[in-house]
Amino acid sequence: MRTKRKQRLIFIVILLVGFSCAAALGLYAMRQNIMLFHTPSEVNSGEVATDKLFRIGGLVVEGSVVKGNDGLTTEFNLTDTMDTVEVRFTGLLPDLYRERQGIVAQGKLNDAGVFVAQEVLAKHDENYMPPEVAAALKGSGAPHPDSIPKSSY
Amino acid sequence: MWSFFHKLSSPKYYYEWSGKWIPWLGGITILLTALGVYWGLVIAPTDYQQGESYRIIFIHVPAAWMSMFIYMVMAVAGFIALVWKTKISEIVVSECAVIGAVFTALALITGMLWGKPTWGTYWQWDARLTSELILLFLYLGVISIHSAIEDPRIAARAASVLAIVGIINIPIIHYSVTWWNSLHQPNMELVSESPSMHPSMLIPLLIMAIAFKVYFGWLLFIRVRNEIISRERSTNWVKKLILAS
Repeated sequence: MRTKRKQRLIFIVILLVGFSCAAALGLYAMRQNIMLFHTPSEVNSGEVATDKLFRIGGLVVEGSVVKGNDGLTTEFNLTDTMDTVEVRFTGLLPDLYRERQGIVAQGKLNDAGVFVAQEVLAKHDENYMPPEVAAALKGSGAPHPDSIPKSSY
Repeated sequence: MWSFFHKLSSPKYYYEWSGKWIPWLGGITILLTALGVYWGLVIAPTDYQQGESYRIIFIHVPAAWMSMFIYMVMAVAGFIALVWKTKISEIVVSECAVIGAVFTALALITGMLWGKPTWGTYWQWDARLTSELILLFLYLGVISIHSAIEDPRIAARAASVLAIVGIINIPIIHYSVTWWNSLHQPNMELVSESPSMHPSMLIPLLIMAIAFKVYFGWLLFIRVRNEIISRERSTNWVKKLILAS
């Protein structure tokens, strides 16, 4: 009976190790597809196949947002603090969209190198605090805890 | 310690032992949930960015934590069921699957409701969202194995293998936001010099997390007891118990 238990134990361990290796290899092979978005540096360095639809993520550059005459088109620069891509979007922006906000946009690069987005999503961060605390942090000169998509750098 | 676990693996002993805990777990659940909901929805301040909609966190995050915690309980029970073949651990696997599936669905639904106003979409095939959906399918798989195989002991063996293998998904869910670019925000840092959440919001969140844990224990004890009675209905001690009541 004892040796039987031991056999079952070894069987489970081998099963787990085998499946873990398979899962790790599978995820490693698919890592490009699992990435929800690419950063502006990746796009500019040519790592991304830009002839297809893809998503780009980063921070909206302060002072770069220009509203079009039709009231629906917005142009802004998107940065990952190292590189910048110009984005144009026609449509309704999410409530959390604003300067220095992390966003994810889906679309295509046009010939002029402008990313024409079909969809813009706001990315949220993991910081939660009352407005007074946020104001105090801003006043003290500490880095403002605005949405920085940390995981992408 | 070991002799206690050994005794606990006897259905009759487990039945009597868990009976003493049930009223306590129930009372603590109701108290903590009332406190946590009131603190979270009424006392806690609004968020500087999201306003009131962030309050869904008091359900969403504890439910998401539970979905992973219950899976780990289920996998450990499945491990014990495969190696030592104790009846109680087999029952725990099947009952955990039902409760865990509900918590996972709750986490997914509350996340979607929050995602629409915050991100601008209900669903994206993001690493975190997708791996949590796979967790739901794993739970549903364990449930369907139990309902597909008539003999509960054979069903338990198949279900336990699935439960153990599926544990690989738990670290994937946890680290999905670190390993890959995702729409979902990174994990909160709760234990650090500057925690991601202000204490006025963190305390009710932790109260809710404890309330959910105790609630799970309460529910599990009740469900396992019911299943014991149903499976052991032909034994003498259950007959005596029914005659006595």
